[in-house]
Amino acid sequence: MKKLSARRRHPLAAVVVLLLALAATGGLYAAFAPASKAQADTTAQSLAIDEGKKLFSVGCASCHGTGGQGSSDGPSLVGVGAAAVDFQVGTGRMPAQQPGAQIARKKVIYSQAEIDQLAAYIASLGAGPTIPTKSQVSPEGADIAKGGELFRTNCAQCHNFTGKGGALTHGKFAPSLEGVDPKHIYEAMQTGPQNMPSFPDTTLSEKNKKDIIAYLNAVNGDDTESPGGLELGGLGPVSEGLFGWIFGLGALVAVAVWVAARTAKAKKS
Amino acid sequence: MSSQDIPEENLPAEQVDEHGHGAVALADETNPFADPGLPPHEHRIQDIDERAAKRSERVVAMLFTLSMLATVGFIASYVAIPRDKSIFVFPLGHISALNFALGMTLGVALFAIGAGAVHWARTLMSDVEIADQRHPIEAEPEVKAKVLADFKEGAKESALGRRKLIRNTMFGALALFPLSGVMLLRDLGPLPGTKLRHTLWSKGKLLVNMNTNEPLRASDVAVGSLTFAKPEGLEEHDEDFQLQIAKAALMIVRLQPENIKDKRELAWSHEGIVAYSKICTHVGCPISLYEQQTHHVLCPCHQSTFDLSDGARVIFGPAGHALPQLRIGVNEQGYLEALGDFEEPVGPAFWERG
Repeated sequence: MKKLSARRRHPLAAVVVLLLALAATGGLYAAFAPASKAQADTTAQSLAIDEGKKLFSVGCASCHGTGGQGSSDGPSLVGVGAAAVDFQVGTGRMPAQQPGAQIARKKVIYSQAEIDQLAAYIASLGAGPTIPTKSQVSPEGADIAKGGELFRTNCAQCHNFTGKGGALTHGKFAPSLEGVDPKHIYEAMQTGPQNMPSFPDTTLSEKNKKDIIAYLNAVNGDDTESPGGLELGGLGPVSEGLFGWIFGLGALVAVAVWVAARTAKAKKS
Repeated sequence: MSSQDIPEENLPAEQVDEHGHGAVALADETNPFADPGLPPHEHRIQDIDERAAKRSERVVAMLFTLSMLATVGFIASYVAIPRDKSIFVFPLGHISALNFALGMTLGVALFAIGAGAVHWARTLMSDVEIADQRHPIEAEPEVKAKVLADFKEGAKESALGRRKLIRNTMFGALALFPLSGVMLLRDLGPLPGTKLRHTLWSKGKLLVNMNTNEPLRASDVAVGSLTFAKPEGLEEHDEDFQLQIAKAALMIVRLQPENIKDKRELAWSHEGIVAYSKICTHVGCPISLYEQQTHHVLCPCHQSTFDLSDGARVIFGPAGHALPQLRIGVNEQGYLEALGDFEEPVGPAFWERG
């Protein structure tokens, strides 16, 4: 101790003390800092945004502008939210093949990971609806009857009573909801893609959306029962009437003609 | 019955006439369109061959037996198959087993009766054509004379000409009776009065969201969204709910105020939120096929199209009027409220609409 105290006036003493103090502060910080995981998340998030920006510049910027601000060929994407990206790209509607009355569903080009990166980038441009979680879109525990009521009030005018779709003006149409991922149905209600109006949570609550998804799952899912059978596309009286007139009456006429035309005589003339 | 039984004049004209062989048979002057008569009867195999006839008999009996079995099957499936059982049948998909079984057995039972009857008639019942001559329509002179004489006798016996009181009161009774039918026509009324011109909307009534049954706030309604509203106080279990909602149903959309072309529409809106009648002005279909980018609303019944950014003007289809707009504002708590009733009658035009 004597030796140490004797050297306290040494020219390097201040440097040594400073180093010790710095090391202690650093060590304490490393030991107590709470943010190691959060830090990793933010890094991953900003990495996703960076990757998304790259994908955006290649696949989307020609129409939606280099910063997603929109152009004469495509709308601004500021504030549309991750849900809109997940819907448009996840159903193959975007990137669009060509402009037209309506951009239709087609083969999905991006992987889900890439879609998530794009969504992260677009979400960073301005706040908007987020991608729903699994439990938000699962039909479990939802009220199917209420969902049917809500569907008939809000959706059936365009998508038909069991979601088989229908025609709109000038080549536009409401697509069939058969085989559509519940997540995409939820996102469509929330964001209102193309000419579909949106049904935000303020007017159609999260629970209501879940009910609607459960209803569609019950009437238009893979295991949906059709007690009558042969539902002819589920389009209602037009296809049913056409079938009745052509095939029902047609069969009767054909049988009558067959009965009268075939002679029962032994000597065929 | 064979051709010998057919009267002489109905037999086919002889092909060979007196004037020469091979000449086309010319009908005589007095009867230019001689009746060629029936073709000679030809036998069926069942008429000649008893074994074939037995075969036909067995086929018919088999069809009738099949029908009986199907009926038994119908009863058995009605009893045995539970109502909620579902099966997969190839072209029909997942269907109710009970419906399928009942339909199939009923169809087979009826079809087999019909097919058996047709086969029986075609192969076993007599197929000889029989001509039945028409008789003149006019009655014999003696019959006519008797009927007229009977009528005159009856008229004399009834003394209708002599007892004028009976005759006149009878005419009166017969003439008045149809009036009771005419009276019932009153039930077609009464006239609707002003009912067609008014709805439940009035100043200060809140706009209630049809989904949540809660009043709508202005801040709830996003640009591009579509919401349906009913007047405050009208509940679905009300006795006259259908009657009232048929006139009062509203669709609420929010446009960017700068996109609204019609001045009155802008003035009657609240920060771009506009409320229009949901009832088509053509024949009154509920109309809500809203395209949020074009702001067009399409009626699914006859394709009338309205432009919600231009006073709901008709831009296509048979509708005769723009959709009526409801004037709205917000109250102190931020809830949307009506500022009065519709200015014009909603729905289809009527005679006195003007």
